[in-house]
Amino acid sequence: MQVPRIKSESLITGLIKVFGYSAILFVVLIFYFLISEGFPAITEVSFSEFLKTRWYPIEDYFGILPLLVGSLVVTVGALIIAVPIGLLTAIYIAEVASPQTKEILKPLVELLGGFPSVVLGFLGLLILSQYVRQILALPTGLSALTGALLLAGIAIPSIVSISEDALDTVPKSYRDASLALGATEWQTIWWVTLPAAKSGVLTAIMLGIGRAIGETMVVLMVTGNAPMMPTGLSTLINPTRTMTATIAAEMGEVANGSTHYHVLFFIGIVLFIITLIINVFASTFVFRRKKRSERILS
Amino acid sequence: MKPKHSPARRNRTQRLGFFFLRLVAIVAVIPIIAIIAYIVYKGAPALSWEFITGFPSDGMRSGGIWPAIVGTFFLTMLCALIVAPFGIGAAVYLSEYAPDNRWTQSIRIAIINLAGIPSVVYGLFGLGLFVIFLNLGISILAGSLTLAIMTLPVIITTTEEALRAVPQSFRVVSRSVGATQWQTVRRIVLPQALPGIMTGVILGLERAAGETAPILFTAAVFFLPGLPSSVLDPTMALPYHLYVISTQVPGMSPEIQYGTALVLLIFVLGMNLVATIIRSRARARRQW
Repeated sequence: MQVPRIKSESLITGLIKVFGYSAILFVVLIFYFLISEGFPAITEVSFSEFLKTRWYPIEDYFGILPLLVGSLVVTVGALIIAVPIGLLTAIYIAEVASPQTKEILKPLVELLGGFPSVVLGFLGLLILSQYVRQILALPTGLSALTGALLLAGIAIPSIVSISEDALDTVPKSYRDASLALGATEWQTIWWVTLPAAKSGVLTAIMLGIGRAIGETMVVLMVTGNAPMMPTGLSTLINPTRTMTATIAAEMGEVANGSTHYHVLFFIGIVLFIITLIINVFASTFVFRRKKRSERILS
Repeated sequence: MKPKHSPARRNRTQRLGFFFLRLVAIVAVIPIIAIIAYIVYKGAPALSWEFITGFPSDGMRSGGIWPAIVGTFFLTMLCALIVAPFGIGAAVYLSEYAPDNRWTQSIRIAIINLAGIPSVVYGLFGLGLFVIFLNLGISILAGSLTLAIMTLPVIITTTEEALRAVPQSFRVVSRSVGATQWQTVRRIVLPQALPGIMTGVILGLERAAGETAPILFTAAVFFLPGLPSSVLDPTMALPYHLYVISTQVPGMSPEIQYGTALVLLIFVLGMNLVATIIRSRARARRQW
């Protein structure tokens, strides 16, 4: 009786271990396929060509700089809007709102996080871009600004949800001590709770950046998709084009194995590396926090 | 030390501050309610039996969206079948088996990175591996596999959380009466964590159902005259259909566009609602 049970036990343990390690396998596979399809681009187009400012694949101009800058502009624009709103909303939900209000607000914000981005893009195209055009008297409402506004809507749920969790895990004794010393709740929030939750808040912001820079459908639909180099502040109200939108718009039309195809995968590698760096940063904040709290407890 | 400001002034600051925070929270939440209300208001008139069960006609400008609904349903279901064993298995490993060492740490870093990869990069990967290298072509299977890898980190993270919430004493008792580790996991831990796991899986699938970028080059096509007959056929899908009719087809009636957006929203938010209900019912019934 004992032997088969142990045998099946070790079999199932092995299988579960395989599932456990599958996440590493998938990351490696993704990286391998991006490299194998994207690396030929470097030999076909010289590296210095990539750093030029003209993206016009039909005539073999593969300068990815305007795309990189486009992604940067809409992401920074989105963050300028999303970080203050997201953080203050998180503080309100975690520290000020009554339990009932909290029960309503948090799921509502998370609901926005689950919105299909194509729906936001659709509304941005039909409604938001019209307002942007009319209010700023522009020739077209499809601009970096419209994209940034919608991306803010996509980044806010991540920022609110994760910052709120971070604020929530600050021990109540910290707040009690501060209040006992005569600080008001308002002072306690800014001088005690928020500093204590700093690493979680930073993680939230990093993940918000990751979501904004990787978002595809919204920017594809509302930024006008013109690959242009920035010319001062007007960049914000001009059409622009991001890396993600370029891949999405052009991959369907290129021949497999062509230079253009390889270059689009190369852009994929750039995106992969950018988000990798962002996520490693975000996770080191989390790990560091854990270590510090372990130190305090021991 | 003397306080810098008088109590009255500090109270006023606090009241003003709280008022400001409340204002910002309202500004953040109102658009969410407005978006849902507006899509329901504009899309509801389009919803009819013919719209749901009909095929698009006149170059998408009239008719229904049935093939897109069916396509999204199949993509999501097949994605669930593929990702559930991997995601739950990985979560069981991390929560019940994994030693606390560097290898486990690197699994966690891999999961964090998977969660952060842009959806369009998943699309590229799916194109490279499934469509071209494994020669599945643009098909439901290739799309579902791509979506499965994309949703894997969500499902692992939420399932692990559900497993860790099961009290340690349950495991100790089970092992002390002679059950093996796997028996403990299968008979005690998994059943107790089931509602949490289901919530996690549904939330992962919610993301799969609403995503467009991963299926752009792996599964979705503009228009099909009939329904797909096998998993190796390409398919229409709701999010891609909404993208197509709002950007690629001139002279679309807004009613059909809003109707499609509403159906997609019902699909996705409906899954969200189911997950929320499972979670709150399980919480109410929980004995620990």
